[in-house]
Amino acid sequence: MLLATTIYNQLWFLLPLVVAVSLVYGATRHELMGPILAHAWRFGLWVLAFIAVIFVVLYVLATWVV
Amino acid sequence: MTATTPPADAPEIVEVDLRDPLVAAVLAWLWPGAGHVYQRRYAKGALFMVCILGTYFFGLALADGKAVYASWTPTDRRLQYICQVFVGAPALPALVQNYRVMHDKVPLFGGLMAPPRQPVLPNAYDELASWHEDYNKLWELSTLYTLVAGLLNVLAIYDAFAGPVLPAPEEETERPPPDDEID
Repeated sequence: MLLATTIYNQLWFLLPLVVAVSLVYGATRHELMGPILAHAWRFGLWVLAFIAVIFVVLYVLATWVV
Repeated sequence: MTATTPPADAPEIVEVDLRDPLVAAVLAWLWPGAGHVYQRRYAKGALFMVCILGTYFFGLALADGKAVYASWTPTDRRLQYICQVFVGAPALPALVQNYRVMHDKVPLFGGLMAPPRQPVLPNAYDELASWHEDYNKLWELSTLYTLVAGLLNVLAIYDAFAGPVLPAPEEETERPPPDDEID
């Protein structure tokens, strides 16, 4: 896979950012650590899925269309 | 703070003692997580501290502390700093450095968080252009990380001031059967 095969790919910089954003966002919605982590997990997956869709669209456009 | 552990399927019931919300908000701005520690919400304070400061300092290190600087000259309005300054004390040295550079004094700490030497010229190879060339993508990533850290602390400040924004309870999934089925 594109992401996994490139060790120094700048996309790796995305992961710590998503983790931090998810945890902080989850923490502003709950008070207890269990619900915070559960919310952060769901939110993080949602963000990654959203970014993946945008990535694929732009990749296809840049590779075959433009 | 008094928090009771609810059953897994029950909505989260929390009672948060915000103490003085204004003091907590100011502390939360000055040092991410400090407002929550003041409110004795230690776990959340630690979480905010690690996540926000971790993001900020990691971003800061990516461009050797140059991507966080304050500047408001006609050719270099550093709008990103407006977001970065919400991290609080860790971003405030940029204001001191800006003051020193603008008054022709040598910046402190080897130029950490100091603005580029003036003037910044729109179409010339000035110091800011050399930073962009030297750090390349890392310059943008450094700016992004530190900027996002500042914005995340806005959420933390609000949480310290007003408590968590609990999600609205989910609507009833089981609706009553239509009238014609009730016989």
